[in-house]
Amino acid sequence: MSDYNFAFLDEQTKRMIRRAILKAVAIPGYQVPFGSREMPLSYGWGTGGVQVTASVIGPDDVLKVIDQGADDTTNAVSIRQFFVRTTGVRTTTATDEASLIQTRHRIPETPLAPGQIVVFQVPIPEPLRWLEPRETETRTMHALAEYGLMWVRLYEDITRHGHVETAYDYPVVVNGRYLMRPSPIPKFDNPKLDRCPALLLFGAGREKRIYAVPPHTPVRSLDFDDYPFTIESWDRPCALCGARGIFLDEIIVDDKGGRLFVCSDTDHCARRRPARGVSSA
Amino acid sequence: MYVAVKGGEQAIATAHRLLAEDRRGDLAVPELTLAQIAGQLTLAVDRVMAEGSCYDPGLAALAIKQARGDLLEAIFLVRAYRTTLPRFGASLPIDTGAMTVRRRVSATFKDVPGGQILGPTFDYTHRLLDFSLAEPGGRAVADPVAPSAESVEPGPMPRVIELLDREGLIESEKPDIETRPVADVTREALTFPAGRDARLQNLARGDEGFLLALGYSTQRGYGRNHPFAGEIRQGEVAVELVPEELGFALTIAEITVTECQMVNQFAGSTSAPPQFTRGYGLAFGHTERKAMAMALVDRALRCRELDETAAAPAQDEEFVLSHSDNVEASGFVQHLKLPHHVDFQSELVLLRTLRAGTGSAS
Repeated sequence: MSDYNFAFLDEQTKRMIRRAILKAVAIPGYQVPFGSREMPLSYGWGTGGVQVTASVIGPDDVLKVIDQGADDTTNAVSIRQFFVRTTGVRTTTATDEASLIQTRHRIPETPLAPGQIVVFQVPIPEPLRWLEPRETETRTMHALAEYGLMWVRLYEDITRHGHVETAYDYPVVVNGRYLMRPSPIPKFDNPKLDRCPALLLFGAGREKRIYAVPPHTPVRSLDFDDYPFTIESWDRPCALCGARGIFLDEIIVDDKGGRLFVCSDTDHCARRRPARGVSSA
Repeated sequence: MYVAVKGGEQAIATAHRLLAEDRRGDLAVPELTLAQIAGQLTLAVDRVMAEGSCYDPGLAALAIKQARGDLLEAIFLVRAYRTTLPRFGASLPIDTGAMTVRRRVSATFKDVPGGQILGPTFDYTHRLLDFSLAEPGGRAVADPVAPSAESVEPGPMPRVIELLDREGLIESEKPDIETRPVADVTREALTFPAGRDARLQNLARGDEGFLLALGYSTQRGYGRNHPFAGEIRQGEVAVELVPEELGFALTIAEITVTECQMVNQFAGSTSAPPQFTRGYGLAFGHTERKAMAMALVDRALRCRELDETAAAPAQDEEFVLSHSDNVEASGFVQHLKLPHHVDFQSELVLLRTLRAGTGSAS
């Protein structure tokens, strides 16, 4: 890959993106516009995350890429191959060995550590977008911290259904100031954002926005005193490793309603299995 | 069974092999050459250059071949290549008034100084399949057009709109301040309200089908602006650059462009008398449909500047400019086929909780 610079992007572009990241870190939860580039993978496949990763990755980094919690889903494989090809860095599937983790739709079950960076792929960065389609309006609402519309929506959900009808991409307030979309992670993962020791970076390529949650920043999922925020739970353990209290994928195994519930985090699952004496699938 | 979601690496490699096979097609048929694509599928090449925002027929032909003729995919390939190119300067504005014209028509006057030149156009063809084209060499190209006795080297061709300008019947074009930096939608995120420079850049690389539908909608009453095709011209223009160390302009390239100037009725407002207004379209290559649609949409988007009520989709700047890019649109629509089973599982859990709560069968 001598035709391309380390990590594909030219150094000027990386500097531009790093400046946006620094601003994002300085104003937790605020969406910083940046000059997003066309990447050699399609919009919607993680171009924002890839640009953020490409701007912060160095030759000594150890990279982990997951999609839906798994290291071996096609898009995770494709993005990992892209970085191996353009940087030659070492990759891993072990969460605690990685210095840089790019993810789509999950936060690993293994607790994150200081010094790690997690890069989230973001489809729609604006938490108010389904309530107000206009960017000019939503930027003003953020400037004034005018989030009444979102509170009303949650209230209406509860009065109608007894629950907030958001299962993923559940809105959070960062550092008591900015309303933020955590990207489409299940709300199960929201508590992991709060005072997380790792640096969390969010990249939206098509929408040209970067935002961040610096280490140890308070992140609160919106709720009411009498309707506290809750997360998903399953009444059974992972069928492969027996773990409880983790996010389970539901796999349909036949056409008679047979189902198997297994860890969404494949690294977490694989590392528990040898201990239980279960051979890997 | 758990294997179903594993093995991504192997699957991707196989998919790429199958893709290469399908691209090549029947091995008994000779492989397409780039010269054939660049020389015989010129309008496809032009569209890829225009929406890929990169003037290079060779690259566009390669992209079309690699994309198996899927022009949106080819546009994406060109864009992803273009974004890696260094910038070494900005050219002077091209002068379409000095164009070497191959086609030039005005719908607003029967004749115009310099004449109407039909050029190579589908406009008056009868859309009957020409079966003689089915076999190569089945039909010799009709005698090449030789300059006939009466055809003369065309004289100067002033822009038609300038004739109206002299009478003050059309809004005059206010020249931009030379030193003002020009927006670059490929380097900065678009902000609203967008300047006309950013808007025209956005439209020039915008999807032809999207602009066509929006332009059409203005003609059917959704933001009607009474257009006339003041002038459409196609041909070659010089691209000039002033290298800093030289201080004078050098011609660095010649490119083919299509320009459309729409003339639109305007009843006047509190600040302006009744007069004609303008909509502008310009795109690389022979892209007449695109340039005309672009001019209609440009004029529709000028509604705020002209104190018109913005009520129709084509007049809604955020709506139009945020959705015109087919590389973005195609990516985001198609990303739905990526795995979403974690989010879907969350929805399943929620739905089961909701149904258990309301007492309906689960």
